[in-house]
Amino acid sequence: MTLMNGVNFKPESLNALQKVTLRAVVMSFLFYGLAAIEGMIMRVATVVPDIPPVHGEPEHFFSIMTVHPIVGLFGSTYQLVFAAFMFLVPFLTKKPLYSVKLANVVWLLITIGTAMAWIAAFIWQYAPMYTLYWPLPADTSQFKTIGGIVFILGVALIMFGTFGFIYNIYATIFARVGVHKNKTTKELLISGFGIDGMLNLFHKLTGRPPYTKEPALSLPVVAIFRGTVDTFLDAIVILGAGILVLIYLIADGVGSPLDMAAIDALLYKNWFWWGLDLVADGLVLIYVAGSWYLLATIITGQKLFMENVARAALMLELLVSWMVWSHHLLADQGQPEMMKLVSGEMVTAFELLTQGLALFITLVTLWKARPLKPTMELKYLLGGLVGFGLAVPAGIIQADMAMNRVLHNTQWIIGAHVHIAIIVGLYMTLYSVVYVLWPLVTNNAKLWSSKLSNAHFWLHLIGGIGMGAFMGMAGLDGMLRRHMYFEGEFQTYMILAGLFGSMILLAWVLFMVNIIMSVGLKGLLGIFLPARDSTASYGLEPEPELAKV
Amino acid sequence: MSFSNSLELLSFHWMAYTIYAFIIISVVAWFGYNLTRKEKAKSLVRIPFYGYMAFLVAGGVGHHIFTYNVVPWVSEDITRHEITPDKTFDITIKKHQFLLPQEKMVIECGEKVMFNVVSEDLVYGFGLFRQDHTMVTQMQVNPGSRNDLLWTFNHDGIFNLMSTEYSGPRGNQMFVKNAVEVRGCDKRVAMLEGGRL
Repeated sequence: MTLMNGVNFKPESLNALQKVTLRAVVMSFLFYGLAAIEGMIMRVATVVPDIPPVHGEPEHFFSIMTVHPIVGLFGSTYQLVFAAFMFLVPFLTKKPLYSVKLANVVWLLITIGTAMAWIAAFIWQYAPMYTLYWPLPADTSQFKTIGGIVFILGVALIMFGTFGFIYNIYATIFARVGVHKNKTTKELLISGFGIDGMLNLFHKLTGRPPYTKEPALSLPVVAIFRGTVDTFLDAIVILGAGILVLIYLIADGVGSPLDMAAIDALLYKNWFWWGLDLVADGLVLIYVAGSWYLLATIITGQKLFMENVARAALMLELLVSWMVWSHHLLADQGQPEMMKLVSGEMVTAFELLTQGLALFITLVTLWKARPLKPTMELKYLLGGLVGFGLAVPAGIIQADMAMNRVLHNTQWIIGAHVHIAIIVGLYMTLYSVVYVLWPLVTNNAKLWSSKLSNAHFWLHLIGGIGMGAFMGMAGLDGMLRRHMYFEGEFQTYMILAGLFGSMILLAWVLFMVNIIMSVGLKGLLGIFLPARDSTASYGLEPEPELAKV
Repeated sequence: MSFSNSLELLSFHWMAYTIYAFIIISVVAWFGYNLTRKEKAKSLVRIPFYGYMAFLVAGGVGHHIFTYNVVPWVSEDITRHEITPDKTFDITIKKHQFLLPQEKMVIECGEKVMFNVVSEDLVYGFGLFRQDHTMVTQMQVNPGSRNDLLWTFNHDGIFNLMSTEYSGPRGNQMFVKNAVEVRGCDKRVAMLEGGRL
């Protein structure tokens, strides 16, 4: 009965904002499971290459490797982050979401786009990797044109969904209703970019009264505002690359192939990495910093420690995140040495400063409020801090001309840096957000099992760190990140990484069991049925006039 | 202190990062434990905020200064245009095939060798690996731009050549067994020890 009806979840009691949030969350965790299964297939194939569906064929192996980040990052992470922020911005600004209809379009576009990219890889083995290094994605001697077109259209849909999210966020922030009724666009912009925090610091240093005692936007909203700038630029670049590939594929399809050499591969790489790096070094780090600040204040119920410094740091991160892309090109000999030194090494090193600052502020905020209850949200927050505490230095170490020469494209970067950053750092932060928002978006539905929650936490934490560590060790011993090995070259590391990886997969299964048992299958279905209550905000009565449902 | 090849550098790195990993996990675990204790724990050390910031800046920038001074291939790479190599190998990559100037590229110990690699179609990688699969060195190979790697070999060995960049499923076959041989280092060491070099 619990499986059908859940504990006490009533989907008919949810308003439109709660429902659209939960829809995207459900899709996000389904895609997360798919990405985890894909990851495990690849882990096993590095030990036993003949396992189905790989069957010892690089075409299959690399198709999975191509869609794995699309499903994991766009299908799952983007959905979860967008859902959380489209709920949080109205909640924190005490205003309604600009458009619930648009929020529905966002999760649908991202879901359909991710499915299309997955289908292109599954059916036609389209496998240019997420890096799309020119001219590989347009290489029709290796890939079928139709596969490329479906893949690129899928990614384009994801980017259109992303634009929808961005529009919804900014339209909500700039809406002059509720507490922002008398605010000007200039005031909101100054606050959104963290300039007020910087001015407050400057005024303090010069002995003047603060620029503002009550900033127009709360700090987490500033982080969302700021991170969304990078999300926009990143979407523009990815979409631009997609259009370029599409033009070449269509030209090839109609029998008039274009000259591949017309596009400079190194220049393209610079352009593409400038945009793609905004996901990692702009978007993730800033969104994560904002999430830590929010979680720390909610968990402790106190003000954030050194709030003005945190606001100013978000402004600094704006400059840092736009200037670090060359660390991806340290092994490219055509890249000017000065760009390698300045952008690739020195500016990149400042990410240690900005992320270290966020970690410091979060920990001190928690410390000042002790003793705290060992809640799931606190545990996950600490797990997230550990994840980035491990992953950021691992990346900074490789963003060095000496280390990069012997580590570029090895398992070090994808294991010790990327997987620990995403699985441990980012996802544990997001799980903390999920536990904080759970009572708000479900109208206080009870979780079925706290034991399962704890089991999920430990399996995810240990599995994530363990898998990343053994992948990283394999990288130090020369294992490449995008190569299929057939002779058992790195078998010991891969078996160990696989064992820890299976803990991550098991953790996801336990989490899903806990969630499904909490809301019930009927409740799960009910989330996708139209909302009776069209309210586009949470905790505001009566609803302001802006909502468009 | 100086690292003469990747094995020495990566062993040092392995040790340093492992120690760091245990420290950061322990610090957050200590925080987690003390955050939830009813009895308020006292701070073990008082870290001034600006001291912590200075430490981060020093760590981030100092790391590059450290490697520049102890890893010989960094300065050599930056100034490679001003260095006359002892030997140059011109290599072409086309349709997922390495076209080498000779079957085995033989290098004497201590020689400065320039690998000039041209791609005629896709983005590839040029990587040399020891027989135990550990990496000696590598670079990216972009079509339409300069791909030149200057390297000094300080240890004997026979190295395999692989593409270190994904270039489609066909790229997985890009492997040349025993493409490079470095010799004479044992003799050189013996001469150094005997005071004759």
